[in-house]
Amino acid sequence: MEDTELHTVSFKLNGAVQVLQVAPRRSLTHVLDQECGMKSARVGCGQGDCGSCTVSVDGVPIRGCLLFAVQADGADIRTAEALADPAMLAAIRKAFKKHRAIQCGYCTPGFMILAEYILRNALPLDQAVQTLSANLCRCTGYSPIVSAVTELLASRAENGCGP
Amino acid sequence: MIGRSVDRLEDDDLLRANTRFVGSLAFEDMLHMHVVRSPYAHARLKTVIIDKAAMAPGVIAVWVGNDIRDLSPIGFRRVPDRDLLQYRQRLMALDELCYVGEPVAIVLATDPYLAEDAGRLVAIDAEILPPVLDCEPGPDSRSEPLLRGRNEIARIEKGYGDIEAAFAAADHKISISCQIARQTAVPMETRGAIAVPHAHAAGFDLYGAAKVPHANRQELARILSLDIDRVVLREGHAGGGFGVRGELYPEDVLVAFAALRLGLPVKWIEDRSEHFLAINHSRDQMIHLDAAVSEAGVIAGLHARLATDQGAYLRTHEIKVSDLSCAFLPGPYRIPAYRATATVHLTNKTPCGTYRAPGRFEATFAMERMIDAIAAALALDPVEVRRRNLISAAEMPFERKIEATGKRVVYDSGDYLQTLETAIEAFDLPELRRAGEERRRGGECVGIGVAMFVEKTDTALHETARLELASDGKIEIVTGTSSLGQGMETALTQIAADGLGLPMDAFRLVRGQTDRIAQSGGTFASRTTLMAGSAIHEASRIFRQKLIEVSAALYGVTTGEVTVHGEGCCIDGRSLDLLQLRAALDTAAPDTQLVAEADFSSGAMACPYGVHIAQVKVDPDDLSVMVEKYHIAYEIGRAVNPDLVRAQLLGGAVQGIGGALMEEISFSADGQPLTTSFAHYVTPRTVDVPAFEILVLEDWPSPTNPLGLKGAGEGGINAAGAAVAAAVEDAFGATIAPRRLPITSKSLFDLLARTDSAHTRASWPARQGSATEWDSHFRNAADDTSSFCRGINPAR
Repeated sequence: MEDTELHTVSFKLNGAVQVLQVAPRRSLTHVLDQECGMKSARVGCGQGDCGSCTVSVDGVPIRGCLLFAVQADGADIRTAEALADPAMLAAIRKAFKKHRAIQCGYCTPGFMILAEYILRNALPLDQAVQTLSANLCRCTGYSPIVSAVTELLASRAENGCGP
Repeated sequence: MIGRSVDRLEDDDLLRANTRFVGSLAFEDMLHMHVVRSPYAHARLKTVIIDKAAMAPGVIAVWVGNDIRDLSPIGFRRVPDRDLLQYRQRLMALDELCYVGEPVAIVLATDPYLAEDAGRLVAIDAEILPPVLDCEPGPDSRSEPLLRGRNEIARIEKGYGDIEAAFAAADHKISISCQIARQTAVPMETRGAIAVPHAHAAGFDLYGAAKVPHANRQELARILSLDIDRVVLREGHAGGGFGVRGELYPEDVLVAFAALRLGLPVKWIEDRSEHFLAINHSRDQMIHLDAAVSEAGVIAGLHARLATDQGAYLRTHEIKVSDLSCAFLPGPYRIPAYRATATVHLTNKTPCGTYRAPGRFEATFAMERMIDAIAAALALDPVEVRRRNLISAAEMPFERKIEATGKRVVYDSGDYLQTLETAIEAFDLPELRRAGEERRRGGECVGIGVAMFVEKTDTALHETARLELASDGKIEIVTGTSSLGQGMETALTQIAADGLGLPMDAFRLVRGQTDRIAQSGGTFASRTTLMAGSAIHEASRIFRQKLIEVSAALYGVTTGEVTVHGEGCCIDGRSLDLLQLRAALDTAAPDTQLVAEADFSSGAMACPYGVHIAQVKVDPDDLSVMVEKYHIAYEIGRAVNPDLVRAQLLGGAVQGIGGALMEEISFSADGQPLTTSFAHYVTPRTVDVPAFEILVLEDWPSPTNPLGLKGAGEGGINAAGAAVAAAVEDAFGATIAPRRLPITSKSLFDLLARTDSAHTRASWPARQGSATEWDSHFRNAADDTSSFCRGINPAR
């Protein structure tokens, strides 16, 4: 299959409408990275296993490597550069930093997307841990990531946004 | 600044995706390389047919092995034996295919998708040959000249003391066989490289560098016949290293070759299934131990026989891992007589290299399993057997009387017994054991395992660092060492800030740029903080003196009237920050460079060490093992940033738990890899992580360097296999002895199924048995867990 046939795709990326001409076989991750300059869009495996490519599509974390960009037509996409709620983004960054939830940082954007989903839906802790289990990290040993999310959930509950 | 758990300088960029991972970099007119790989484990390569691929859309060039046959294979960083050079891997196969994944052709195209499309049009005409998949001696099916009749290509012998006398006088001889499966590090970012040619192809910049940029620069220059200063390696961000990333691989040379030949930038990004075929594998050792032991459980002699499945070729690390296993197998124990023989075998699998705690993860596993076997055989407490065998503080520095990769093994400092007792008290081992026993009585399958280890922090190569006042008033710390995510920018900046007495934001760290500093050993073997840190410490002392002298000269005062203070200097009562000083210098003496360079070398290795205690629970239905709690006590000499040390230990331990329970690269009977995705090569996830307690000890500063540092990178993984295996053994009341990693449900099922017959099995061959006899037994080591001891039933 060649790339002679281009399709017009339009989606909202971090609040701004993007209109692109893309070949049908390009993955969303590839297009976000190479066409839209989103450096948080990263392929870790390209097979849907590791979650490094996780972005938020219509409010749900999805594997960007398993979605063709043409499938995202009309979608509302958020990447770790600009989560919908700037205060929540700042809180996630702060908690990740404080708890040493980052080492090489390659998987970090994917985990930030999961954290945002967990917080926005105020998942109970056991479900939060299960949700974080969607993504792989090879540096941190995960427990700093879990600690960061645990603290974020607790402070959200304290502020009256809990379940 | 040293000793404070300050926030990481790296994090803000990583959290904002303000990053330079090679995958996101692009250059004008950049081409993309796709590597066509061998689909066969072993075949005679007749022809590679590229006509169709060369005509495909977007394709600029297709090259095969024959086109670059003049280019030398990638060399070793250390040449232990010139005879081994014949086993180096060519950049692309010429006439024999030796593993699935071996590069056969490269396609250069205007787009990565088109390059891959065209790659599928390359046809490989080959005669399939039977593969060699085990460390077996005897007639070899691989063709000449790669192998010389058998697949053993090297033999390493180490030892000291009178081993024969030790065994002759021993009350007991205890033998075990251990195996560690083939595993690999799988950093989250796959490899990648972009070569950008200089004008007239006079040289190139290579992006995506990591780990050892200076060594790789030298080797690239040699292979491509360029002056070394025409080759510039540029490190951006690297998504994890763990030993495998940043070694020089065929693909790195091939992108550079293609960029020079075509005069255009060339990019290559590995995909994950390629990664599982192409990046260094590791572990894959069988270790058989015989110990001569007294009635009290004291080891008088240890005889180790190791076999390493090295894969198809020798890469940059040649046979180093086997050497390290032999050298560090005795661990923290005195062991008056020791003999080790390691054989290295070529097979039709991906070549092996180093992976976090190379040789030591394996050796510690075997040694600690032996200590537990002694305890079981003599009905002693495993902790007590350790106590009786540990090297004492009075014996430090402890001369092991053997070498590791050509350097004397000397344990620099420590009190192993004290650290063991500290760990037992801090983690309340008696209570852990009591609670475990109580739960076992209640029907649960719960166990506690203890393991000790000695690590090494590499000091073999020297390290240069430079501090210089940049035009923006920041002091640049220039190092050739590499950031693989461990937080080295933070730790090294802390050392510079400490040495100069200036805040951390006065500095900017420049790393991994070969045109910025002449020399670096690189980042491996936990060396960066110790080696680069020591060089920076010395450079900061010189810089401070120069800063005072230059400031004094500039303002016409004596050096006694200048102090380094606040954001810069205080000169005769007047504060001057570094930017003001730079501006003043630019005006008054524009040629004045404020630069300090220092070089650090150390003859002796630093040896951190520690204790791991694991608590596991085995599910009685599916025999899955869950690590519930994990404890680490680690003596680091001096922790520059204790939180970062803990982060290294924790991350390493979880990686080690993966190695203990999950990770195994396997092959079909015809040599086809069966683990080419994360769905098949299972690594830990959030739900697999135990509760951690980590104790960072600074009781024994290393005498090998001015700051007393020891490395942090590998102490977390080193004993994880050993501690988890011991805990599983304990969970079954020592009725089984797991001696093969990973301990999967299936392996436990098999072990339990054989428990009844295991104790009546034939003993291991006598110590002096012939090679053939030993080999034939060794071949069965994978599934043999029998423990032999004179007349004593190993079951408690």
